[in-house]
Amino acid sequence: MIKDLVFFLTGWLPEGIQITVWVMIKIVAILVPLMICVAYFTFAERKLIGYMQLRVGPNRVGPKGWLQPIADAAKLLVKEIIIPSRSNKFLFLIAPMLSLAPALAAWAVMPFSDKLVLADIDASLLYVLALTSMGVYGVIVAGWASNSKYAFLGAMRSAAQIVAYEIAMGFALVGVLMVAGSLNLREIVIGQSGLGIASWYMWPLFPLFIVYFISGVAETNRAPFDVAEGESEIVAGFHVEYSGMAFAVFFLAEYANMILIAALTVVMFLGGWLPPVEVAPFTWIPGVMWFGLKTSLVAFFFLWFRATFPRYRYDQIMRLGWKILIPVTLVWIFVVGIAKFYTPFAGFFS
Amino acid sequence: MGIDFKQLYKTFSLQELRKGLGVTGRKLFNKKVTIMYPEEKTPKSPRFRGLHALRRYPNGEERCIACKLCEAVCPALAITIDSEEREDGQRRTTRYDIDLFKCIYCGFCEEACPVDSIVLTDIHEFHMETNGERLIDKQGLLEIGDKYEQQIADARRQDAPYR
Repeated sequence: MIKDLVFFLTGWLPEGIQITVWVMIKIVAILVPLMICVAYFTFAERKLIGYMQLRVGPNRVGPKGWLQPIADAAKLLVKEIIIPSRSNKFLFLIAPMLSLAPALAAWAVMPFSDKLVLADIDASLLYVLALTSMGVYGVIVAGWASNSKYAFLGAMRSAAQIVAYEIAMGFALVGVLMVAGSLNLREIVIGQSGLGIASWYMWPLFPLFIVYFISGVAETNRAPFDVAEGESEIVAGFHVEYSGMAFAVFFLAEYANMILIAALTVVMFLGGWLPPVEVAPFTWIPGVMWFGLKTSLVAFFFLWFRATFPRYRYDQIMRLGWKILIPVTLVWIFVVGIAKFYTPFAGFFS
Repeated sequence: MGIDFKQLYKTFSLQELRKGLGVTGRKLFNKKVTIMYPEEKTPKSPRFRGLHALRRYPNGEERCIACKLCEAVCPALAITIDSEEREDGQRRTTRYDIDLFKCIYCGFCEEACPVDSIVLTDIHEFHMETNGERLIDKQGLLEIGDKYEQQIADARRQDAPYR
């Protein structure tokens, strides 16, 4: 309906531009709510960590502190962007964009519900994997262009860490791919329908589910894997030289990535937009709501982890990534493969 | 040697991580202890060392006799005193400046004072808006003393048995 209206209003334009306008509108429709989610995710983080530390968190700006993220954004917008004199200015300014763009672009293939998906492409799982790997360039370029030892150390750590966990993450997704038999995220979710919570992929792929989520936390450089920032050792790591809006963009990218990982976990292991029990009162709630609910739940774990765990030592992170997570995923891929083709449990793994 | 299966189980079941999450998860619902300053305030000890003041005797005569013990004892050299003989022959200060930026609020001046003239009040909510304001002169200190005399005297009385 809205589509018809848009095409009617832009009827005097050539068809190509009409389609572009329509796509733009769809992009805005995804990004604006996403940005609001990111803003309030930061607020939720401060509140939640506060509550877990027996504090009340920010509560001064607006009623109960609800305008805090707006105030933060306004502050960062009007602050000066300081560019270090010996830095590479082009790379310095493009790095935040390099890190934000993939975090946002990956949402293009996210199936919010059966119908709500911007680009329903067949290789969407590959697309997501490719784009989330791109995020590391933002961090490396930021660290390199800053011409600061702390930023450089942070970037190096982050690069090694992301590359290591990318592999575990990719293997975890191979498991999903084997079970679902499709690279299309929408079809992966549809493959999990049937018996409600019992047919979600988190059960047959339980170790991969855990590994995927742990790698996701490491990928986004969040506590307890936040050595890239390591405020007690290398000040703030890769974004130490950034200020104002350039810093805010890194901040946005980190939180957008977190929500993205949460959403992907939901899509691949927790049944996407499907209700946990497929009977009357649950099926009345629209799929988008279930999707949002589950994503919030998974995102909550990111904050819970940060409030709970001390930072891993750098070599411990590497050990966990290479010597534990990757072997575990490999073993489980074999288990899934063998179970699917040589045992009577094939039904469980499909 | 051999494999410690108990340890292996502990590792792969993420037992300790779950324990940790349990602790923070429970604390999430505990009562919060934040004091909502400035609406709520915590009680202050009578020994609290805040803003300085110069006291007077009940008859209105200033206590300070310009002995300069406070100036001598001040570890931060925050006190500057000049003195002169007054018309009636008494020794009095003509200048008594405290630099609030230098002061470390140790309270030595108060302890050194033989006539209980210089005291630290329990005022901690004060600020300066221009650079010069960090210096309080004799007039200013006496004014603070006059204004909060009741409070200062009460605090001294409460603490007296323990001196």
